[in-house]
Amino acid sequence: MFYREAGDFKVSYPEDSQTFPIKFDRYRYYLVLAVAYLVIPFFINDYWANAVFVPFLIYATAAIGLNILTGYCGQVSLGTGAFMAVGAYAVYKLMTAFPEVSMLIHVPLAGLVTAGVVAIFGLPSLRIKGFYLAVATLAAQFFLVWLFNKVPWFYNYSASGQISSPERSVFGIIVTGPNTEAWAKYMICLIFVTLAALIARNLTRGSIGRKWMAIRDMDIAAEIIGVNPMMAKLTAFAVSGFFIGIAGALFFSVYLGAAEVGESFGIDKSFLVLFMVIIGGLGSIFGSFAGAAFMVLLPVFLKNVFVGMLGWPTDLAAHLQFIVSGGLIIVFLILEPHGLAQLWRVAKEKLRLWPFPH
Amino acid sequence: MPEQFLFAMEVILNGLMAGVLYALVALGFVLIFKASGIFNYAQGVMALFAALTLVGIMDGQIPFSHIINATFGTELHHFGWHVPALLAIILTAGVMVIFAWLVQRYIFRHLVNQEPIILFMATIGLAYFLEGVGDLMWGSDIKKLDVGLPQGINEWIDVTTFEAFGYGFFIDNLDISATIVAVFLVAALIIFSQYTKQGRALRAVADDHQAALSVGISLNFIWVLVWSIAGFVALVAGIMWGAKSGVQFSLSLIALKALPVLMLGGFTSIPGAIVGGLIIGVGEKLFEFLIGPMVGGATENWFAYVLALLFLVFRPQGLFGEKIIERV
Repeated sequence: MFYREAGDFKVSYPEDSQTFPIKFDRYRYYLVLAVAYLVIPFFINDYWANAVFVPFLIYATAAIGLNILTGYCGQVSLGTGAFMAVGAYAVYKLMTAFPEVSMLIHVPLAGLVTAGVVAIFGLPSLRIKGFYLAVATLAAQFFLVWLFNKVPWFYNYSASGQISSPERSVFGIIVTGPNTEAWAKYMICLIFVTLAALIARNLTRGSIGRKWMAIRDMDIAAEIIGVNPMMAKLTAFAVSGFFIGIAGALFFSVYLGAAEVGESFGIDKSFLVLFMVIIGGLGSIFGSFAGAAFMVLLPVFLKNVFVGMLGWPTDLAAHLQFIVSGGLIIVFLILEPHGLAQLWRVAKEKLRLWPFPH
Repeated sequence: MPEQFLFAMEVILNGLMAGVLYALVALGFVLIFKASGIFNYAQGVMALFAALTLVGIMDGQIPFSHIINATFGTELHHFGWHVPALLAIILTAGVMVIFAWLVQRYIFRHLVNQEPIILFMATIGLAYFLEGVGDLMWGSDIKKLDVGLPQGINEWIDVTTFEAFGYGFFIDNLDISATIVAVFLVAALIIFSQYTKQGRALRAVADDHQAALSVGISLNFIWVLVWSIAGFVALVAGIMWGAKSGVQFSLSLIALKALPVLMLGGFTSIPGAIVGGLIIGVGEKLFEFLIGPMVGGATENWFAYVLALLFLVFRPQGLFGEKIIERV
């Protein structure tokens, strides 16, 4: 009834090739944007920003990045944590070296640095495939974390070995450091996640996205029909690195404020983002958001239930949280291996025929 | 003989011993991967869980006492008995068999024919789950595991090498016993897979699932069997690592040590796991000894991975892996 192509006439080529060709999708998209930009910033407080919205938006950016690599190009990566660290350290060096430049420039620059690093670590993918590659990306994970720990230049020779983000602003509004308002944190993350989603969505619809998907589905066959596997794989690594770098930069500068590389960007982060991508749905931008929302909300929800409602001690709640999230992941994979995005797709198919399914 | 050379010799010997322990963990991976195509990330946590269960049974801890106390306000801790090590090991092996059956019945039976990445993610989920269950059952404090293996410096080697070279090598008795146990374990596995009916069935399944199914081999049974064996290997690895550095969360991280071993040796090769383990063990100890001081130390975390990575670039199927043939 609501969701259908019928009656939605396209009279020009741009209309035909727009991002959301179906009217319902398009209005939903505008509605989400309007709520995100015009409603939430006025109601957000510190708790909601720090516990839910900011981590959700940042992880969504990282998940989009990983989804491009794993979901669209089929290269499993377990180095996301370290790649986020590259973004974090790059933005830290930039912030301290050029204090007067806006964060809106620093963060994409950090993304570019990360893109370069990730492309270098993507080189083995030309020879190594599947799980061997997944384990090989762990080399990046451990090596980079070690490097950021051992070379004092990266953390500006600070005594603690930590990096902490100084106060920086965008158009006079403070966005990093301890004096940031909740809405400012939220807005800067929102701007970047919107851009990331828009770019990712359009890249994956275009020729480069088709090349990635051809490589994912069968790389030899793709090579035979004229896809250059080196270019396709390396661009996937670089683009994915760009988004992951942005996520890492925001994660450190806006969300954490101070970071120690082993703790904030360890292998747990890699798995967390991979979970988001799998639970959300491989090869779906919407899935990246859904997965990030799920994995960010789950611990908050469980903590509220176990500690807040049942009054159990926190260490017990932490163990139970492990059990529940591990169990839920398994249940999810069994019931819907294609993730939340698939549920959404099924729902749309049903909507298309509703209320007369025959 | 120059001193530096003797040090290096000692480092190599210790590296070999450490390599045996890596190989033990990698072995569990290979068994499951060969038989079911599941890349079992939970192997490290299985070792932790087995070691926790072993300590718990030996000390007579009451399982889940923490949560029972929190819910009912009781003060339960121990049954108050001590179980001899051998009996406890047998009981723990039993627990691992039950675990294998549960995993097969409730998880992987529903995931047959899924893509490898999905199976892999399921094992990560399983790892989280098992870690939580282990902590909840037995508590998360660091425990001492003592099953009566000899510990400390081996006097005989110390004295002999001192007489021969003028410098006594430090080699832990525990490492020596781990090596002996590993040799027996591998021998037992080889005998099992070559000469018993179930072992042959297992190899048949590893070769070709559908062909094995068509000649009447029960895949379900074989998968439970292979998970049980992997559980038993995890138990042995858990005992060795647990006796060395206490039973604690970091035990589960040995899975990460085993991954480069697998890359080097190939995911499907048992000799590969052992040789790969030895190469990685020696390589990382030697690198830390020779190059480590120049770059600030703690290279053990990543060296194994980089070594395996470089190796794979030249030989993508690993040391003994089956040759990768790709067809469109």
